[in-house]
Amino acid sequence: MTIRLDRRRLLTGAGVTAAAAALSACAPLSASDGVRSVLDMAEQLTMRAQRLLLTGDALAREFTEADLSPVFKSNGTHNPDDEAYQRLAEGGFADWRLQVDGMVERPLALSLADLRAMPARTQITRHDCVEGWSAIGKWTGVPLAEVLKAAGLKPGARYVMFHCADEYEKTLDGSGRYYESIDLVDAFHPQTILAYGMNGRDLPIAHGAPLRLRVERQLGYKQAKYLMRLEIVDSFARFYRGKGGFWEDRGYEWYAGI
Amino acid sequence: MDGIDRSTAERAAPKRRVLVRRHSGTVRLTHWVNVLCFGILLMSGLQIFNAHPELYWGQYGADADWSFLALEAKRGDNGAIEGVTRIGALEIPTTGVLGASAVNGEIRPRGFPNWATLPGFRNLAEGRRWHFFFAWLFVINGAAYLLYGLLAGHFRRDLAPSRDQLAPRHLWHEIVTHARLRFPKGEEARRYNALQKLAYCGVAFILLPVMVLTGLTMSPGMDAALPWLVDLFGGRQSARSLHFIAATLLVLFVVIHLAMVFASGLFNNLRSMITGRYAIETEEPKP
Repeated sequence: MTIRLDRRRLLTGAGVTAAAAALSACAPLSASDGVRSVLDMAEQLTMRAQRLLLTGDALAREFTEADLSPVFKSNGTHNPDDEAYQRLAEGGFADWRLQVDGMVERPLALSLADLRAMPARTQITRHDCVEGWSAIGKWTGVPLAEVLKAAGLKPGARYVMFHCADEYEKTLDGSGRYYESIDLVDAFHPQTILAYGMNGRDLPIAHGAPLRLRVERQLGYKQAKYLMRLEIVDSFARFYRGKGGFWEDRGYEWYAGI
Repeated sequence: MDGIDRSTAERAAPKRRVLVRRHSGTVRLTHWVNVLCFGILLMSGLQIFNAHPELYWGQYGADADWSFLALEAKRGDNGAIEGVTRIGALEIPTTGVLGASAVNGEIRPRGFPNWATLPGFRNLAEGRRWHFFFAWLFVINGAAYLLYGLLAGHFRRDLAPSRDQLAPRHLWHEIVTHARLRFPKGEEARRYNALQKLAYCGVAFILLPVMVLTGLTMSPGMDAALPWLVDLFGGRQSARSLHFIAATLLVLFVVIHLAMVFASGLFNNLRSMITGRYAIETEEPKP
């Protein structure tokens, strides 16, 4: 029997206790705050350097059907145990609506049928997990830019927040809910899509049904699954622990281009 | 007879110890910055590797795909956790070091052991933070070294093997004398020997650039910016494996490098890389 080294499973296991939130917040750090703030400069440097190089909507590599991973690993949450989500899943997500609100001119509530009626994009891309593995999958969905155009961004809008149905770490204060955020550079990139299809079929629950984000020039943890709500904001500092995402709140980089 | 002849000759021309300028300030500074970067990049790299201690070839690779190298943990017959290093189909028991090692006194699944990683406990996010900061420092330092080496003539003058050094007979002679831990003396010690030059060139112009390029190929952002990176190494997972293999070769280089530093005079070598002055024995008459 092989014992998997699965960071996320370990974390989920530990997270079942109510103390997990407090524990992870006080986890011993290898670096003092001063050292850490110096080390964090590298993330800014990396993001600026990549943004300089990523001009003219440079695309992530697109592959062919022959390149698809035989098995696309499901990571993170495999099936959200949230009751409301389970009811939606039982109904085939017929009652599911994607809320689009925040700094928009026209808040939207989009059904899967609404999304499928919008322009679609299919892309075969490589998914790179922060742990090091990669899988190639085929994604079909609506470009996020189409949804944002339909809602109309208000002046000052800077980020798209992705609120998800899965609580990845059980906590008393609900801070373990998965969420993510990207800025408008990535939000309007042609390969940034809200995917409802995978490998030619409906998106499976293990991979984020009914809708997940694909932001192809960043790592796997940015590809939020089980999307419930897009919130357009000018800052993500007031959400959860203020770092812009579930893993970001737990020490990972907000800019996950490397 | 031979021995007597030589000692007579030595007596005839008494040797004198002189300090020569061996390393420029730029070489010394970039060398030590590189030492710091390499140590931290290696240990934080092992921390990152531990998040998924398997290597693949090609564009993709995950649990269900074939890996040619893996540091695994298995449950033994008696229920204890055992570490296994798998190379292809070959399984080598490595409990305690690779695959499974002590965490707070208890054997746990762990690719590389805690003492080899930065930080010294399981934390991928912290490992990445150290790795990318020192990757930047390493690249800036390396660029400064390359620029200096080209402009100041360091590569041409000190690193490029000269024609006489590349003669097969000479190379063989150096291999034999190195194996006996006998090193060039006198005038010949003024320059690097051929094996040194080849090793340094291989590290500076092949291994270290491969480390940087394979590292960048693992970045989804860089792959979009520079798509040729993916083709150069045949895929992200190939690049990840080459990153690991090149790192292993660099560790091998450092081990041999340190052994040679000790064998050929620790104090003299250290002084030359700190102050720039290196002592050689010369047969020149006193001025």
